Amino acid sequence: MAHTSETGTPLIDMRGVDKQFGNGTVAVRDMSLTIQQGEFVSFLGPSGCGKSTALKMISGLLSVSRGTITVNGHRPGEGNAGSDIGYVFQEATLMPWATVYENVYLPLKLQGVGKVEGRVRVEEALSMVGLANFARSYPRELSGGMKMRVSIARAMVTKPKLLLMDEPFAALDEMSRTKLNDEVLSLWKSLGLTVIFVTHSVFESVYLSSRVVVMAARPGRVVHDIALSGGYPRNAAYRMSPEYAESCRTVSKALEGTMDHVELNH
Amino acid sequence: MSNLTTDTPAAAQLDPRILRERRERRLQYILPITAIAVALGLWEFLVWYNAVPHYLIPAPSLIAKTLVTDWSSLMQSAMFTVKLTLMALALAIVGGVALGMLFALSRPIEMSLFPFAVILQVTPVVAIAPLILIYVSNTFVALLICAWIVAFFPILSNTAIGLRSADHNLRDMFRLYQATPWQRLRYLLIPSALPYFMAALKIAGGLALIGAVVAEFVAGTAGQNTGLASRILESSFRNEIPRMFAALFLVSVLGVGIFLITAWLSRAVLGHWHESEIKRER
Repeated sequence: MAHTSETGTPLIDMRGVDKQFGNGTVAVRDMSLTIQQGEFVSFLGPSGCGKSTALKMISGLLSVSRGTITVNGHRPGEGNAGSDIGYVFQEATLMPWATVYENVYLPLKLQGVGKVEGRVRVEEALSMVGLANFARSYPRELSGGMKMRVSIARAMVTKPKLLLMDEPFAALDEMSRTKLNDEVLSLWKSLGLTVIFVTHSVFESVYLSSRVVVMAARPGRVVHDIALSGGYPRNAAYRMSPEYAESCRTVSKALEGTMDHVELNH
Repeated sequence: MSNLTTDTPAAAQLDPRILRERRERRLQYILPITAIAVALGLWEFLVWYNAVPHYLIPAPSLIAKTLVTDWSSLMQSAMFTVKLTLMALALAIVGGVALGMLFALSRPIEMSLFPFAVILQVTPVVAIAPLILIYVSNTFVALLICAWIVAFFPILSNTAIGLRSADHNLRDMFRLYQATPWQRLRYLLIPSALPYFMAALKIAGGLALIGAVVAEFVAGTAGQNTGLASRILESSFRNEIPRMFAALFLVSVLGVGIFLITAWLSRAVLGHWHESEIKRER
């Protein structure tokens, strides 16, 4: 990809980051990572490896115990973070009392964007995820995959440069997941986004990412950083290709190395 | 579905289901009305058959007659009770919501003030009413305080719990978009608290009426501008049993009315999204 070769100041710069919770658990130890504009990075690892914690620290939802994180030139959660970052939670996290339209409009409403300007942008975001006809539905009327699409539309409505996704498709069936994977890839490509995608699926991470960061648990830390720059455009054919299989093998092996002592605890 | 012709297999499958649904909806009204009518008829018959004197158990027809002849005095009392109940409920909502918000905002305030709320709640209103009647010279205000005490607690505790029950990921999202405290309250906390508040309102509506009636019983029949409880007491002193039943009937009509209004309100507010009010198809 052209944009991965870009040099200059990275979009995200983590240096020696630790996170220790109040109960003494070390969720992340000494994590250093730079992510360039336009990368699609997956955080892959077993549960308890601190991948979600790292994502929350980058978004500013969690504080850093030691070290520094710089996002787009400022500390996480500062600047106009709302329009910088889109965040997709593990669950769709929609307001059940509001329609799909109102849910997607929320980030704009919180930023004081008026109804007229908001309407254009909400409709744009909804048609981006193929839900233009569902604006007036309530979340309970939608399937799990559709709810997740609304959640993505909400994250994209502020036109962020950085999209953070915390195991967004873990609860979905295989078919919805495959479809949504393709949609996220095309959003990433067409909008020139930078995406950080937390997952525990090797196949998902290899299919999506230009780079897989493999993490290990107890304490949470980065153990491998694997670049996967080939195979574009990634589609159904890529899933069948030897290159995909080879990448999956490489990443699986790297992940296995982190599991040795974890397995004993289960 | 009505435009489907009956000869298609789909309509043939659907038709009995629609019919059954209609029948069920009709039964919803017919059954309770019939049951009440049968009970009244049986009552009327037994009183007549056993020649029970009206000062022991009056027949429903006599109660209805009393209701008509004493209409103006009973209605005046009913209006008094309605006014007392609604004002107590309104004050309970204002006070309960305000204090509930304060509780939700600050744990220390909640911990310091909650015991007082609990003490007010667990002490029977009949036991506090005589004191309040001594301290407050205006009887109406004293009655209002008693009814308010009873209706206040459910609103307070449910509002406080409701405001805390907002989804944690949604809270995170509001933080991510740097929502102001006011935006957080308006768009997240209040909608999350609404189901809890509506449940409290249904309970508090009935309790306000009970508080109003009980307080008036304690206060006695002093004064001319008095409520239904005074009519009941007065009739009891004069041994006018049919009139007692007539007043009692009006109290329960008020209670049912309040329940229906709060239930309707709850459905109007929550019907389009909350699980408790959504009709499910089977």
